[in-house]
Amino acid sequence: MSDTEERVKKIVVEHLGVEADKVTTDASFIDDLGADSLDIVELVMAFEEEFGVEIPDDAAEKITTVGDAVKYIEEHKG
Amino acid sequence: MRRVVVTGLGLVTPLGADVETVWANLIAGKSGAGPITRFDASDQKCNIACEVKPADHEYGFDASKRVDPKIQRQVDPFIVYGIDAAGQAIEDAGLLDMDDDLKLRAGCSIGSGIGGLPGIESESIVLHERGPGRVSPHFVHGRLINLISGQVSIKYGLMGPNHAVVTACSTGAHSIGDAARMIKDDDADIMLAGGAESTINPLGVAGFAQARALNCSFNDRPTEASRPYDKDRDGFVMGEGAGVVVLEEYEHAKARGAKIYAEVVGYGLSGDAYHVTAPHPEGKGAENAMRMALRKAGMEAGDIDYVNAHGTSTMADTIELAAVKRVLGDDLGGASMSSTKSAIGHLLGGAGAVEAIFCILAMRDQIVPPTLNLTNPDEGTEGVDLVPLTAKKREVKAILNNSFGFGGTNASLIMKKVD
Repeated sequence: MSDTEERVKKIVVEHLGVEADKVTTDASFIDDLGADSLDIVELVMAFEEEFGVEIPDDAAEKITTVGDAVKYIEEHKG
Repeated sequence: MRRVVVTGLGLVTPLGADVETVWANLIAGKSGAGPITRFDASDQKCNIACEVKPADHEYGFDASKRVDPKIQRQVDPFIVYGIDAAGQAIEDAGLLDMDDDLKLRAGCSIGSGIGGLPGIESESIVLHERGPGRVSPHFVHGRLINLISGQVSIKYGLMGPNHAVVTACSTGAHSIGDAARMIKDDDADIMLAGGAESTINPLGVAGFAQARALNCSFNDRPTEASRPYDKDRDGFVMGEGAGVVVLEEYEHAKARGAKIYAEVVGYGLSGDAYHVTAPHPEGKGAENAMRMALRKAGMEAGDIDYVNAHGTSTMADTIELAAVKRVLGDDLGGASMSSTKSAIGHLLGGAGAVEAIFCILAMRDQIVPPTLNLTNPDEGTEGVDLVPLTAKKREVKAILNNSFGFGGTNASLIMKKVD
């Protein structure tokens, strides 16, 4: 697991209050991890904070799984 | 006519986070006051309060018992206290397994005087220092006053009336009175009713201190600061917490064999039409609320055994006392009257509901809680049993509970034992 993926998963566990083993790369925030749209806004803010990246609203809308988040951050972090 | 009874109780207070612990501490004459630990209050005029104690304290509050960690993170403490107190009340009433038909007839009326001031304060600093993009998406609904009722209804599936009173320090009493009417009016068979508050934050303490409402002269003696009716009283001590009761239509409660604590028989409301913070100097509004409650209850002044006073430990105490004397008689008709704010401080929007629960427990155990620190009674208190310093065993069949708030809003509740 890459460093980015590990940190993303840790944030997801903390913010959504879910078991770590459920936070797989393919897990959907809404369908598998019980998040609602506001939880995703909060998660995106936490990713921005952790990785120093900016995730615009149109990009955030396309991030629906843990893997999507990892991919976006790896491609955009400084 | 539909009658309304109380079948469940829940408390989160500076003297404990469950009904029996709070009551035992109150009757033992303990004080919940101490130096403010929630933030560095050294630059405040007042640096004492009655805080709800942390989970590792002897009678602390453990939020994780009834509130999801995710929700705890998203909402202000007053909502967390409210959810927990509501949960306690539902459990106490034996209503955890309501069917869908009953859930349609079960609602919430849990209010707050101020709402999420700590979160408004901290998030406005985020906005100022880091910009609008860093403001939490949970900011608004984590601070709104009606979000105790909202959260509780979601957690327990309550689909009846969903309501929240905002009448400053009379919120808790108005919540119970209004909810009782909803049951009488056949809007619901069950209502969770009460109030919560948590504003022990820099802005809350500074605001009340600047309004000259807080005690600022006992910072070195916190447990002596709240002293209703005493000559040395100098303002209220801020408390925090929540009180929630389950109100239920009498026949419904009886049919399911519920434990019935008391009946809500009288509710009076009035406005002072005088000043934003000071009560009417002749206590007209207070008197009108009490008289209305007695009339609605169909009771005589002499029927009241115990008055739980608003008694905030301010100059207003003697105005209330004079009004009570006019309604009940010079010796209060033999009733005892105390202010439990001497022990737990002023819970603001939570006060009326928490104090209503104390009244109910006084009827259950036939003992009235004391007015702490009343060592040098003020003029006008002669001949009145203000239950100084220690609890008193006595007959308690009916109670009067007063709550008054900024804006000149008054509420009085009368409850009695059910034979």
